[in-house]
Amino acid sequence: MKEINELTFPDDLRYTKDHEWARLEKDHVRIGISDYAQDQLGDIVFVELPQVGDEFEKGDEFGIVESVKAASEMYLPISGTIAMINAALEPNPEIVNNSPYDEGWMMLIKPDDPAELDALMDKAAYLEMLKGNES
Amino acid sequence: MRYLPHTQEEIAAMLQTAGIADLDDLFANVPKECRRSAPLNLPEPLTEWELNDHVGALADRNATAPDYKVYLGAGSYDHFIPASVSFLLGRGEFSTAYTPYQPEISQGTLHAIYEYQSLVCRLLGMDVANASMYDGASGLAEALLMALRITRKTKVAVSRAIHPLYRRVVQTYLTPTGYEIIELPYLENGRTDLSSIENRDDLAAVAVQSPNFFGCIEDLQSISDTVHSTPKRLLVTSFSEPLAYGLLKSPGMLGADIACGEGQSFGIPRSFGGPGLGMFAVKKAYMRKMPGRLIGQTKDIDGNRGFVLTLAAREQHIRREKATSNICSNQGLCATNAVMYMASLGGTGIRELARLNHDKAHYLQNELDKAGFAAPFASPFFNEFVVRFPDNFEKTYNQLIAKKIVAGLPLASYYPELADHYLLCATETASREDLDNLVKEVRSCKNQ
Amino acid sequence: MQESVGTKGLIFNEPLLWEKGSKGRSGFSLPRRDVDSFPVDEELCGDGPDFPDLGETDVVRHFTRLSQWNFSVDSGMYPLGSCTMKYNPKTNERQAALPGFGGAHPLLPAELSQGVLQIMYELERYLGEITGLPAVTLQPAAGAHGELTGMLIFYAYHQSKGSKRSKIIIPDTAHGTNPASATLCGYKSIPVKSDENGVLAPADVAAVMDDDTAGIMVTNPNTLGLFEDNIQEVSKIVHDHGGLVYADGANMNAVMGIVNMADSGVDVLHLNLHKTFATPHGGGGPGSGPVCVTPELERFLPSPRVIEKDGKYRLSEDYPDSVGKIHAFYGNFGVQIKAYAYIRTMGAANLKKASQLAVLNANYIKAALKDTYYLPYNRPCMHECVFNDKFLSDFKVSTLDVAKRLMEYGFHPPTVYFPLVVAGAIMIEPTETECKQDIDMFIDAMKAIAREARENPELLHEAPTTPKVRRLDEITAARKPCLSG
Repeated sequence: MKEINELTFPDDLRYTKDHEWARLEKDHVRIGISDYAQDQLGDIVFVELPQVGDEFEKGDEFGIVESVKAASEMYLPISGTIAMINAALEPNPEIVNNSPYDEGWMMLIKPDDPAELDALMDKAAYLEMLKGNES
Repeated sequence: MRYLPHTQEEIAAMLQTAGIADLDDLFANVPKECRRSAPLNLPEPLTEWELNDHVGALADRNATAPDYKVYLGAGSYDHFIPASVSFLLGRGEFSTAYTPYQPEISQGTLHAIYEYQSLVCRLLGMDVANASMYDGASGLAEALLMALRITRKTKVAVSRAIHPLYRRVVQTYLTPTGYEIIELPYLENGRTDLSSIENRDDLAAVAVQSPNFFGCIEDLQSISDTVHSTPKRLLVTSFSEPLAYGLLKSPGMLGADIACGEGQSFGIPRSFGGPGLGMFAVKKAYMRKMPGRLIGQTKDIDGNRGFVLTLAAREQHIRREKATSNICSNQGLCATNAVMYMASLGGTGIRELARLNHDKAHYLQNELDKAGFAAPFASPFFNEFVVRFPDNFEKTYNQLIAKKIVAGLPLASYYPELADHYLLCATETASREDLDNLVKEVRSCKNQ
Repeated sequence: MQESVGTKGLIFNEPLLWEKGSKGRSGFSLPRRDVDSFPVDEELCGDGPDFPDLGETDVVRHFTRLSQWNFSVDSGMYPLGSCTMKYNPKTNERQAALPGFGGAHPLLPAELSQGVLQIMYELERYLGEITGLPAVTLQPAAGAHGELTGMLIFYAYHQSKGSKRSKIIIPDTAHGTNPASATLCGYKSIPVKSDENGVLAPADVAAVMDDDTAGIMVTNPNTLGLFEDNIQEVSKIVHDHGGLVYADGANMNAVMGIVNMADSGVDVLHLNLHKTFATPHGGGGPGSGPVCVTPELERFLPSPRVIEKDGKYRLSEDYPDSVGKIHAFYGNFGVQIKAYAYIRTMGAANLKKASQLAVLNANYIKAALKDTYYLPYNRPCMHECVFNDKFLSDFKVSTLDVAKRLMEYGFHPPTVYFPLVVAGAIMIEPTETECKQDIDMFIDAMKAIAREARENPELLHEAPTTPKVRRLDEITAARKPCLSG
């Protein structure tokens, strides 16, 4: 596993305490897991995602990321309806390890209230939380 | 004591290294109140030879072949077991290994179970089979729980023609969950009646058994059509006699989503009902939702083929309270037993053996019919069937027991409406002479 | 140091079953056909399964070669923590294979099954005596099945009191089966951390125990190999809130004839006959997980139960409060015979001696290795001891590397990376059937490996090189599952 300063955290994202990220893109929000989360899990072997059209409340479990020796539930950072999922992850889950913020995104969601994003952490707050976890 | 290798001198030397005064001192941390003051009250130890006499005498107090002719199936079948299978299974390298957590030195178990999974898939026409469940009954319960998880519904329909003891296990597993079980009646011909649930969309699964408890072969094709006419309803097919699929179309071919049942018939002694073998197989879409261990093929760092436990993220040691099941130890050696047996039979052999079972049972049924004992259910059957004996046959049944013949299983305690109905089974182990004698004895009692 | 038993053997290659054989070959003596063929409904018939056709020699060589790729207790020391890989006596196999047992049909009338029923009846009494919990069911087919049975009993007990509790307390050292079994009964697992001594602190249990909590599941001795010395106090806290105490008896091998589980406050306990009572593990089963309970809870045990009257045995279904049935028949009877034979061979004094020697062997290893490997809880242990790889991390050597290198010395590795509360755990359970010479060889091997880690870590990273295969690609196996051929 890497040190925190070896990991990357884009400035334009919002983060959750469970290590999901969210990015507002016009009227949709893109969701994924952070570099820290993929690094902790190790080689990801499977990603379970919901179906397009499923509706969720903020904080609901929406999927699972599995490595060989661990599995981790993912929780929705914002309420809304699933608009699209990343179909490339089923045949090639390692994309999440290689490109957590770009090709390894999980899904697009149509948010009920985009303002919910404001309650999430920005990069600085997230980094502070991670450093707190380390000590 | 031959299992305890320590000499007094060795014990003294080891205590010294460990810095402990004596053997009692090893337990200094155990609170006094939890400790026993008196020795255990158990029988005096037996020598190996005394044990042989004692247990041998107990073994002689059970009714088994060849002294007894037992025409009982009902989930536990009498089939010949080749000496080669028993011999191979006795190899300590298989029997005294643990679950294959260290794959490099467990390839024997892993390779064999991978072959077991593969042959079970071929037998049942399914995509993925696990490394085994405890037995046919707990496998059925787990299949229904799996369907409930997948569909997120709260009800299942279970045929009354499923083995009554399997249904009791299902009931036990489902009681604390609050899920509801709807019982499907059987028709006059002994098959399951699905008319009550045709369009119900609140069912996670419909479970039937084929051949069913009465021996009747269910029309799985039409059941599948009915079940799948409503979306998100899974067809779970159970079985207690897998040899039937040497002859019949497989449940997978006919639309089963989950096929599960008892594999004891495949070379495993009956042993008073256990250990048996829970066979469990699913269609690929449900692979990651299934309970139990899975062995997968992979390569080692030199590129050689090898096998490992895989998809473990479903299991209790990783997922803990969110696992697909709590199962850990399964019936591994019984699965190994079954694959040895299936390999010995081969595709040609299983077909011939299945055909022979079918014919023996039909011969018996035909002879009983000629003697005036009717078969109440008109559906096709494999190697067991129900007979309606005359009223108060119980006395005759007991007279036959005195002659060392067990003339089937009385059904009244399982199905009160089936008084004087008996479930009879004939496998390849019953000779024509035996069967003729059974019919003769039953007939002579009738004439009394 | 004696010469290590690890070496290269003569290892054969062997393909998969369907990669050999020829259509029409047979390994089975088909019985004579003495009846005519009866017509079959062609609509129902298929082509039969596509199994390979093999001769008897093919089959025997195939599985003999496979068996030679396995490590087993019969081949060498197998100190797999929490699994109690003791020697499996051969006479027990002989008893279980007697035709009078192997051929016994489970639904025969009781008068035709007296020998079987007597064994079950007596075994229940022996297990009741050994645990101090006198009412016993033999139906569970494995340890986790016993846990489920125990949770069903919890559920039925609370229901009989008119309450439906929703939670259960489970320490962080527990096996994963504990929370998974509790979930099957609808209980939410409430984790409790063990204290700095590696055991449960009564105050931590008191902090979470309430009237909506069904009870606690404790493994005692626990998976750190430590006796839960506060067990009575913990039990009292749970009982005071109307809860029950479940003990996972996976580690009973440490305390036979020494601890009375009922006196420590336990209400329900499962045993693993395939651990403590010397029945073989079979490469993953069949096991047997009898459940022992207090007289108060007897009425909830699964049915049917074996009863005795005037020397005659029968099965009774007359238990209206029973949780029901959890196995089609009566559990793994073939395994139960072996445990019965073991107890009859051992007797009271030898069972106690077995526990003493199991604990002695573990403490001896702990003392011999504590300067070589880091010992997170340096306390007197029971039948197993837990180290980790802390002393080796400077050399980029991990627990996994030690485990793999140990194979080349001719030993099965200990349990690794469990319990989860110890990072990089190495959990060693020698059992009482290992003699001092073999244990000394194991200790020497562990010390040699620690030395190699400092001087030549590549040896560990490359290990194992002597078995049939080397380290396997588990990542691809899970990403692109190939589960049948």
